[in-house]
Amino acid sequence: MNLPTASNPQLDLRENQPTGQGEIIRLENVAIRYRLPEERIGTFKEYAIRTLQRKIRFHSFWALDNINVSINRSEVFGLIGKNGAGKSTLLKVVSRVLRPTRGRIVVYGRVAPLLELGAGFHPELSGRENIFLNGALLGYSHKEMEACFDQIVDFSELHQFIDASIRTYSSGMYARLGFAVATAHVPDILLVDEILSVGDGEFQQKCFARINEFRSLGSTIVMVSHNMDQVARLCQRVVWLNKGKIELEGAPADVIPHYMGSLAQ
Amino acid sequence: MASQPYYDSAVQKIPALEEIREIRRYKHLILQLVRRDILARYKRSVLGVAWTMLNPLGMMIVLSVVFSRIFSDVPSYPAYILSGLIAWNFFAQSTNAAMSGLVWGGSLIQRIYIPRTSFGVSAIGTALVNFVLSIVPLILVMLVTRTTIQATIIFLPVAIVLLACFALGVGLILSTMAVYFPDVAEMYQIILLAWMYLTPIIYPENILGSNLRWLFTINPMYYLISLFRIPLLDGRIPTMQQILPAAICGIGVLVIGWIFFTAKSDEFAYRI
Repeated sequence: MNLPTASNPQLDLRENQPTGQGEIIRLENVAIRYRLPEERIGTFKEYAIRTLQRKIRFHSFWALDNINVSINRSEVFGLIGKNGAGKSTLLKVVSRVLRPTRGRIVVYGRVAPLLELGAGFHPELSGRENIFLNGALLGYSHKEMEACFDQIVDFSELHQFIDASIRTYSSGMYARLGFAVATAHVPDILLVDEILSVGDGEFQQKCFARINEFRSLGSTIVMVSHNMDQVARLCQRVVWLNKGKIELEGAPADVIPHYMGSLAQ
Repeated sequence: MASQPYYDSAVQKIPALEEIREIRRYKHLILQLVRRDILARYKRSVLGVAWTMLNPLGMMIVLSVVFSRIFSDVPSYPAYILSGLIAWNFFAQSTNAAMSGLVWGGSLIQRIYIPRTSFGVSAIGTALVNFVLSIVPLILVMLVTRTTIQATIIFLPVAIVLLACFALGVGLILSTMAVYFPDVAEMYQIILLAWMYLTPIIYPENILGSNLRWLFTINPMYYLISLFRIPLLDGRIPTMQQILPAAICGIGVLVIGWIFFTAKSDEFAYRI
């Protein structure tokens, strides 16, 4: 079994220790329907009038339609597809933000979303205070965050600035701190949504190293990326989503050429 | 599968009860949100948290100067007005914060899972801290105006808890509505203003003639604020007839608000 080493004192909080292969995420016929009113109705009066006149028309569309996916433990799973294909929506289903309109999702582990770095930071508070706030948003207690506080500061390289108000940070510093907090603990499942395009090259290398380390520790990683080299390099399996449906599923070497082919047309 | 799933969308228990479990699991988040709101609010001011106490004190001085002639029959008018004001401010602040917290926290709700009642609960928590802090100047005013402080002050926590329940219930109902109709937030400011003047806060109860007395009997805030004032200013424990309506309003509205909010909260991420 892989345990965090002394040189890398990360707190291992996984509920289920990796037991080799086995399913960790299963989506059964998952469908998500967004209902958008054709015009925005912002007031009671308008709403009441339109309800009486039966004039509210909804434009509903299926962001995900009949998705069946099974993701195994310790797998790096890629989601590719054009903008609006439903990749991010699928991550939101896994992270419990959206409850499926139809179908079922089962998750056998703690999910760490790495959606947008630094979402939930408060600009007036210091870096130190924001670490605890952001940790709490991800479901970690004060004690759990204290245990990995030094490691977060080390990773983000913000030693001198940690007590400064976060509104004084550059966008790079912001992203570094966000990534460091979100990956402070070894999760069962890590969701990565196109965030690896931020920061300079050096920082990106560090992020990749961290993700690889999680993989070797047995975490499952689900990532969305438009960078096909990245996908080919990191993922074991890929799903190509198109207009909310699965177009193709398989090894990156099989799926990516088809996807690229469709883009060229 | 041997292990229990961590999350299964097919298992849907009663949302209202499920949310209670979730909010307890995320108690650290509530603490952090309360901390954030208190720290961030006064971050740039020199006097900091002292403003929580200075604000109602200033209001009281202004109102006492203006009205003490008119309401000269009220014993220790400054303490009367200050006690009413801080209780009302607690209600107004916490319900407004619950509403804006959810609407502003919308971007967060779309990105990560957190119990949706977190914003409402933490708004009440923040306002409670302010409430308790502003009891300090209230005691000071009572000492200065030589109002005797009785032992019945130990009843205050009961009054505060019931008021907090009521505020949370109202806050949850308002924030659910504000998700669908942003205008609710603006409309509520007007309602609050009218509501405040219909509640005996700056004027004594007996100012209304017996033909208008019924206005008080349908006003939950009348019962809740009385419950706060009686042990403080009259120096007695409220009677059962005074406690019961306040308790029914507080607990009843909280239960209704909680059920209403949690029944709708799965939709919020789609709507905000």
